[in-house]
Amino acid sequence: MSELTQTQQDTRSTETEAALLPPVDVVEDATGITLYADMPGVPRESLQLRVDGDQLSIEGELVLPAPAQLQPSHVEVNLQRYRRRFTLSKELDASQVSAELAHGVLRVRIPKAAHAQPRRIEVQVH
Amino acid sequence: MYRSLFARDLFSELERLQRDLGSVFEPSPSIRGISRGGYPALNVGSSPEAVEVYAFAPGLEPASIKVDLDRGVLSIAGERAPTLPEQSDEKTTLHQRERFAGRFRRIVSLPDDIDPNAVCASYRDGLLHISVKRRSATPARRIEIQ
Repeated sequence: MSELTQTQQDTRSTETEAALLPPVDVVEDATGITLYADMPGVPRESLQLRVDGDQLSIEGELVLPAPAQLQPSHVEVNLQRYRRRFTLSKELDASQVSAELAHGVLRVRIPKAAHAQPRRIEVQVH
Repeated sequence: MYRSLFARDLFSELERLQRDLGSVFEPSPSIRGISRGGYPALNVGSSPEAVEVYAFAPGLEPASIKVDLDRGVLSIAGERAPTLPEQSDEKTTLHQRERFAGRFRRIVSLPDDIDPNAVCASYRDGLLHISVKRRSATPARRIEIQ
């Protein structure tokens, strides 16, 4: 029980930390949804993709190879974390989510569940 | 005012507002300044040895990025191909389109003491890092009065 509480607190502390919202493109086709998110500076090992119930969350920590003694003179990206959450609808199959990361762009594919694929409904006659 | 590449939460928006108000009273000394916002987002910093420029430029072909240094002015240019079709067609539906696509160019004015022959650039995880070495600092000296 205490362990569970601890986990909840840990989650909450990272969730309330200020974060950048990565810009996304979302496109849907007949078999599923594809999401692209810009997360420059996030290496694969510090990217987290989580599905919790109907919530899809993407989170990543920015790694800047900054040398010591660096005095910032112009800063547009002033946070070290990206975070964004999406609510999935019922026809999407959260267990089949796949993802790849290339040059700072995350691509997530969420297929539609087999039962949600287009089909014709039989009309019963009694 | 500018629009940032990434949306912010409320607190960083307040911080931005504060900075914008501050910049009214303390204008940038450079004639170009650095215009804010747009793609790629830039962070610039300097140490006694080098000037470091970080461009947040995800989704580029490394070979297509053009980095030029001309008389102390660094320019970063290129083109990002769109990942999505222009419009929804009968097979696909676009739900969100927030990512940048197209040509871009950003300019950074560098300090006078940089060494134009000692520049290196690397591209990793969508982050372009350009490091420009500075000439070894001349030690401060007292000038004799004749």
